[in-house]
Amino acid sequence: MARPLRIVIAKAGLDGHDRGAKVIARALRDAGMEVIYTGLFQAPEQIVQTAIQEDADGIGLSILSGAHMTLFPLVVEQLKEQEAADIVFFGGGTIPPDDAKRLKELGVREIFTPGAPLQDIVDFVERECGRRRELVG
Amino acid sequence: MAKMIDRPSGLGAPAGPDFAEQERAWEAASAKGKTRSGPGSGATDRTLSDVPLKTIYSPEDVAHIDLARDVAWPGQYPYTRGIHPNGYRDRLWTMRQFAGFGSAKQTNERYHFLLAQGQHGLSVAFDMPTLMGYDSDAPHARGEVGKCGVAIDSLADMETLFDGIDMGDITTSMTINGPAAIAVAQYIAAAEKKGIPRAKLGGTIQADILKEYIAQKEWIFPPRPHMRIIVDMIQFCTAEMPKWNTISVSGYHIREAGSTAAQELAFTLADGFAYVEACMAVGMDVDSFAPRLSYFFNSHIDFFEEIAKFRAARRIYARHMREKYGAKDPKSWQLRFHTQTAGCSATAQQPENNIVRVAYEAMAAVLGGTQSLHTNSMDEVLALPTEKSVEIALRTQQVLAYETNVTNVVDPLGGSYFVEALTDEMERQAEAYFAQIEEFGGVIEAIESGFFQKEIAEASYRYQRSFEAKERVVVGVNAFIHDDEQVDMDLLRITEEMERAQARSVQDVRASRDNAAVTETLERLQVACRDPKDNLMPHLIDCVNAYCTEGEIVEAMVKVYGRYTERSVF
Amino acid sequence: MGNLYSTDELVGEFFAGKPRALARAISWAESGRGAELFHRLYGHIGRAMTIGLTGPPGVGKSTLSSALVRKARLLGKSVGVVSVDPTSPFSHGALLGDRIRLTEHFTDRDVFIRSMASRGHLGGVAGATIDAALLMDAFGLDVVLIETVGVGQSEIEVAELAQTVLVALQPGSGDSIQVLKAGIMEIADVFVINKADHPMANQLRREIRSMMEMLNFPGWVPELVTTQALTGDGIEELWAAIERHAAYLHASGTYREKRRQTFLHQVHQLALGGLERRLERSLRDIGDAGTDPYAAADRVLETFGVGKE
Repeated sequence: MARPLRIVIAKAGLDGHDRGAKVIARALRDAGMEVIYTGLFQAPEQIVQTAIQEDADGIGLSILSGAHMTLFPLVVEQLKEQEAADIVFFGGGTIPPDDAKRLKELGVREIFTPGAPLQDIVDFVERECGRRRELVG
Repeated sequence: MAKMIDRPSGLGAPAGPDFAEQERAWEAASAKGKTRSGPGSGATDRTLSDVPLKTIYSPEDVAHIDLARDVAWPGQYPYTRGIHPNGYRDRLWTMRQFAGFGSAKQTNERYHFLLAQGQHGLSVAFDMPTLMGYDSDAPHARGEVGKCGVAIDSLADMETLFDGIDMGDITTSMTINGPAAIAVAQYIAAAEKKGIPRAKLGGTIQADILKEYIAQKEWIFPPRPHMRIIVDMIQFCTAEMPKWNTISVSGYHIREAGSTAAQELAFTLADGFAYVEACMAVGMDVDSFAPRLSYFFNSHIDFFEEIAKFRAARRIYARHMREKYGAKDPKSWQLRFHTQTAGCSATAQQPENNIVRVAYEAMAAVLGGTQSLHTNSMDEVLALPTEKSVEIALRTQQVLAYETNVTNVVDPLGGSYFVEALTDEMERQAEAYFAQIEEFGGVIEAIESGFFQKEIAEASYRYQRSFEAKERVVVGVNAFIHDDEQVDMDLLRITEEMERAQARSVQDVRASRDNAAVTETLERLQVACRDPKDNLMPHLIDCVNAYCTEGEIVEAMVKVYGRYTERSVF
Repeated sequence: MGNLYSTDELVGEFFAGKPRALARAISWAESGRGAELFHRLYGHIGRAMTIGLTGPPGVGKSTLSSALVRKARLLGKSVGVVSVDPTSPFSHGALLGDRIRLTEHFTDRDVFIRSMASRGHLGGVAGATIDAALLMDAFGLDVVLIETVGVGQSEIEVAELAQTVLVALQPGSGDSIQVLKAGIMEIADVFVINKADHPMANQLRREIRSMMEMLNFPGWVPELVTTQALTGDGIEELWAAIERHAAYLHASGTYREKRRQTFLHQVHQLALGGLERRLERSLRDIGDAGTDPYAAADRVLETFGVGKE
C-alpha cells in the first residue's frame, strides 16, 4: 500500500499572511497528499525538526515579509546540518526574480511567486517529491 | 431591513404603460441573447464576491426603498449618501500614502519627499519586528529589520522619524496593532519633546486587535487582556487628545486574507461594535468616545460592489449606533473611514497593469465617499515601492481629484437602480452575519471557535479555484500572458547592513540611558497591568520617556498577560 | 525502490538515538515494512508510559497535550506524541494541523511529535498508531501520548490500546453527553473536564458522576479532573491521577494483561490483514460457472488449509 506523499507547509519569521500557504495546503490535500502545517512564526530549526519527525518528502515555505534572503538559506543550512538535504525544499512569497534565482543557486529547489497556478505547484510537488520517494524509500 | 411600502416617493415610482411595454420588449430581446465565451465569461452573472447579478436593474428593483428612511441626504441619518452635506466640494479626501522602510532616518527622508509632492498627511508603516513587539537585535528579528516598514525600537527612533516635521501641523496615521499603545505613547512623548502638547496632536492609531486574530495575525497577548489595553487607550485619548482617532477598525486585512466584500463589511462592523460594547461596559458614555472611532476598508477591483459596500457600511453603522447603542450625538452615528486599494489584486506579472487597477479601485473608493485614501504602488507585489512608483500612486489620486470631476457632485451614483439594490443586498448580508456572530455569543467567542477564520479560508479557497478555472480573469496572470515574462524594474532593497546598524543603534540606547529608571517604570507598568482600574497609558508614557525599548515593554506585559497562540483553521 | 537506510543501518541509527531513524521506522511500519523492524526492536518495548487522549472536537485536546508534555518535561521525562487526524474520504489526502498547539516543544530534542492521518492503514488506523507508539517506546521515550480526534469506533480502539485513557470533555456542549453515551464511559480511566472556568463545568461533573453510578467498576474507578489547559490549572492533578492509574496497573497485574491484549489485538489485525489480502487474490481467481456461493467458499477455505467446521 503506497504511503501518500507527506509535505510540510511552513510559515517562517514574523510574517502572519497565511492565505497562500493555506490555499496550497488544501490543494495538496485535494491531490491526495498528507500535509503537515506548522503554523506561524516558525524558526528554521523548528521547521527542519518538524520535517524530520514527520519524515516529510518536501517542505514548502511561504514568506511575504521580505525576510526571505535570510530565512530560506537558514533552512537550507539546517537541512544540511541535520543530514536531511534529501528533503525537497521549495517556497514562495514576495520574492523578486533576482532573489529567486539566488535562492535556487543556494539549494532551494523552486520558488513560486504570487500568481503561480496551484496546479503547477501540485505538479512540481508530485514530480519532485515522488522522485525523492523512489530514491529514498 | 427595507420593507415594501406603498408611497409614490419611493425610488421606483411606477412610470406608465409605455415603459412597461419597453420592458417587455427588452426581456424578449435579452432572452434571445448569447452569453459570450472566452476568459472570465463564466462569471458574468455575479460579483467578485459571488453576489448574484441581474443583467440590468430597473425601477422594480428599488421599489421597496424608502428614500427618506434608507437613502436620505448626505450629512443626514442614515448617511447612505455620505457624512458631509457637500461631500468633496468642501474638502477633498486626505491623500495619505502609507510609507516606511529601513531606519527612521531613511523613512524621514521619504516623508519629506511625499509632503513636498503634495501629500496631505503621514502614514507610518512599521517593520515586522516592531509590529510584533521585538527589538531589532532580538533573535526573532533576524532578517526582518526594516524590510516591510520602519524599525522603531525606542523613543529615539520616533524622534528621528519626525525630524523637521511639525507634529502639531500634520496628521499621522500609525498602522500598528499588538504594541499600538506603546506607539501612541512614543508619538506623544516625541511631540512633547518637540514642545507640542498632546491635545494638539491629530491622527489615527490602528490598534484593532480583533482583526488580527481573524486575519492579519500580528498579535501578542490573548484577546481578553488585549481588549483592556484598547479600552484604556480609548479612554485616555478621548480625555487627553481630542483630535486623535482612537482606533481604526479594519476590514482591509480581512479582505486581503481572502474574505468576500460582505464578510469584510460584516466582520469589520462587528469588531467595531465589540469595541463600543467594551468601552460602554467600563462605564464610558457612548457619545464621549464614538465620534473618534474610525474605520479602514479595502477597495477591491469589482467596481460597483465596492461602492455599494461603502454606502451600506455607513447606513448599517448609523442604524446600530443610534438604535442599538443609544448614541445621541450625530457624530457618533457617522462612519468615517480610510481606504486602501487592494494589495491582493496586484500582480507580479506585468506590474505596470497595477497602476490601472489602482486607478479603478481609487475611483470606487471616492465614489463610495472615503475620507482618506492610500493608493498602492505598482511594484509592491515584489518589494517596497521606489520613489518613482510611489509618486505615480500619488498622482493617481491627484488626477482623480483634480481632473475627472467626480468630486463635483456628492454621491453621484445615488439613485442608480443597480447601486441602490446592491447597497441593500450588502446590508442584508451583513445583518445575516451579525445574527450568526450573536449565536456564538459575540466576536471574541466567534474568534475562539474559529468562525471568522473558517469563513475566510473557504472564501479564499473558492476564489482560488475559480481563478484557476479561468472563471475569474487576472490580466497578465491567467490571460493575456507574455510568453517570456521578464520583469525589468528597479526595486527597493533593504540591506543586511541596515539591520546591523539598527541593532547597534538600539544597543547604544540601552547603554546610554538611566537603567534604574527603566527598571522602575517597567515594574510600575506591570503592577498597573494587574490592576484593571489603573489606566496603562500614563505608565507607558513613563516607560517610553525612560527610553525603555519596545521589546522590553512588551516582555514586561507578556509576563502578566501571556502570549497568544492560534489553532489551526482551514 | 531505494532506501535511505538498509534495515541494519536503520536499526543502528535507531539505537543510536537519531530522531530521523525513529521517523523512518514509523514510515516503514506505515508502509507495511514493520515486520523487518519489529523482529529486532520488540524486545526493547515496555518501558514507556502510554497515555491515550480522546474527546470530541473543540474540547482543547491539543492544548491539553501541550500542557501534559510540558509537565512531563518538567519531570525530566522525554515524550513522544502521536496525533491522529482524519483523512479526507474523497481525496485520501489529509490536513494535519494539530502540531500547531505544540509549537513550544518543536526544538526540544526530547519531544518527538508525529502526525498521523487516519487513512486506510495496513491493520487499520489503530494498527499504525500503536506501531508508532511501540516504536517510540523502543526508541527510549519515557512517555508516549496518543491523541485522537473525535469519538468514533476507531478512536475508541486507539485509545484503548494505551495503558491510561483520558477522555476530555467540555462543559456547555451537547457533544459531551453524546460522547458519554457512545461507549466512552467504559474505556475512560480519567475524565478530564477542560475549560474548568466555564459556568456549566459543575453541571457536567454531576452528569458524569451520575452516569458512573449506573455502572459497575470492579477494579479501577475512573477519576474526574477539571483543568483549564490554557492557564495550566489542574494539570498537576491530572498528572497525579495518571500516575495513580499507572501504579494501579502495575500493582494489580492489569498492566501485563493490557499488554497482552494490545499484543493480541495487533496480531489479530495483522493476521486479518494478511488473510484478507490472500482472500482477495483467491476471489480474483474464482470462476463462477455452476457453483453456488457456499460451495465456492468451502473450496477457497480448503486452499487455506481450513477444513469444514
